[in-house]
Amino acid sequence: MINTPNKATQAHKKNLKFQSFISFIKEKCIQFFIDIAHVIAYLKLVFKNVFTKKFEFEEFLKQCYQIGNKSVGLISITGIIVGLVLTIQSRPALVEFGALAMLPGMVAISIIREMGPVITALICAGKIGSSMGAELGSMRVSEQIDAMEVSNTNPINFLIVPRVLAATIMIPILTLYADAIGIFGSWLGVNLKDNLSLELFMNQAFSSVEFIDIIPAVIKSFFFGAVIGLVGCYKGYNAGRGTESVGIAANSAVVTASLLLIIVDLIAVQITDLL
Amino acid sequence: MMDIKENKVVIDIQNLKKSFGDLKVLDGVSIQLHEQENLVILGKSGSGKSVLIKCIVNLLTHDEGSIKVGDFELTDINEEDLIEVRKKTGFLFQGAALYDSMTVKENLMFALSRLDKSFSKVEINTKINEVLDNVGLPDAMDKMPSELSGGMKKRIGLARTLIVNPKIILYDEPTTGLDPITSNEISELINATKSKFKNSSIIISHDINCVKKVADRIAMLKDGKIYKVGILDEFVNDNDPYIQSFFK
Repeated sequence: MINTPNKATQAHKKNLKFQSFISFIKEKCIQFFIDIAHVIAYLKLVFKNVFTKKFEFEEFLKQCYQIGNKSVGLISITGIIVGLVLTIQSRPALVEFGALAMLPGMVAISIIREMGPVITALICAGKIGSSMGAELGSMRVSEQIDAMEVSNTNPINFLIVPRVLAATIMIPILTLYADAIGIFGSWLGVNLKDNLSLELFMNQAFSSVEFIDIIPAVIKSFFFGAVIGLVGCYKGYNAGRGTESVGIAANSAVVTASLLLIIVDLIAVQITDLL
Repeated sequence: MMDIKENKVVIDIQNLKKSFGDLKVLDGVSIQLHEQENLVILGKSGSGKSVLIKCIVNLLTHDEGSIKVGDFELTDINEEDLIEVRKKTGFLFQGAALYDSMTVKENLMFALSRLDKSFSKVEINTKINEVLDNVGLPDAMDKMPSELSGGMKKRIGLARTLIVNPKIILYDEPTTGLDPITSNEISELINATKSKFKNSSIIISHDINCVKKVADRIAMLKDGKIYKVGILDEFVNDNDPYIQSFFK
């Protein structure tokens, strides 16, 4: 069959569409590998600067205070609510099986192993990750990072390393605090329907908790902290030049950090399961 | 009048090229800055003026050509030499780039302590007072940058540059966004700084009033190349339509 000119044009158009689709995919793949290379270079730079003589200890302490101070209120409220909700939701099922006495232990293990670290990390990703992204992004846009470089100050050393380390140290501390508050919230939840002294509740709760429940949770929260710090700083430090970049950096820091936290949690759970 | 061209060359730029992807921003720029000279780089927005001075302090690395600051060649410069170049060179950013989280005093202290850790607290305070007096803001010490007007920010930015006593100052559009009176004050401050500290400056600007006040020599950039270099009168009397679009 002979192709009519109309069919030939249509085939040509299809071919062009296919070619532009291929070049779009090619471009995206190249960009993806460029981004990966940027992230690797960034990580290399940060780790290199962690082990330097010029460690900014004062800035590190300031960031620790900022992270702890900024998040403690929110974590207290969330911790207590998580403890309360877990208790209230679990109680009917346990009553049905006649296992109400297991409630404190079950809630404590849930909070220590999973809820405490993950909820704390997600809240901090929102609160601290966005603030790092916005702060560094705005410093980038207003040329403050350039001004720092001109003043012979390494911005990685002064801005990023203290923030990443502070997040890595503070998130586990905040997690332990959230665990304690969550367990206290659970006691309040138990006392909504029953009458149980705090001492007895704690005895029941911690008789079920073992060291193996606490250690992996604390270790993974160090990684959560590092992820929040690294992502928040990366997004802010590499923000574009316009003012809208600040918003994009803050938003992207939260989204990326939250997603990575869930992935790290999945990996941590798999590793803990093997132990 | 002393001929500035006879003075020692403090910055020597030869055949400088810089591109961002396919976009050629600087395409073979050659220019020299002499001791105690105010050299104005004039050009339309996007002509590569800011890129040029950012290359001078290595905030951007050039693709081709050479930049010599004093005795230091910037191509493949090592970290120690770059520190020396930056000690000699002050940079006043377009928006002053004051650190938001620090007071004026802390901004000035930061600049000073980063370059020289040997100063005592008394020396630092004396220098801060002195430099704030020089820019006409002796009472601004405890203010936060957010409490300062645009003109005050530029003055504090200049104070932060001056506190390290640089031999060369690079001004990135020092009067942009300011009202004519403040803009005039900043131009006068640039001249006063040069008279007092005997430094050399490159001033990026497209504010003709500022150019007329501060320029010893003007270099016009067009399409990433030097279009014309000369003194103010040579530009004012030039009939070239492109040049006249700036001066009339």
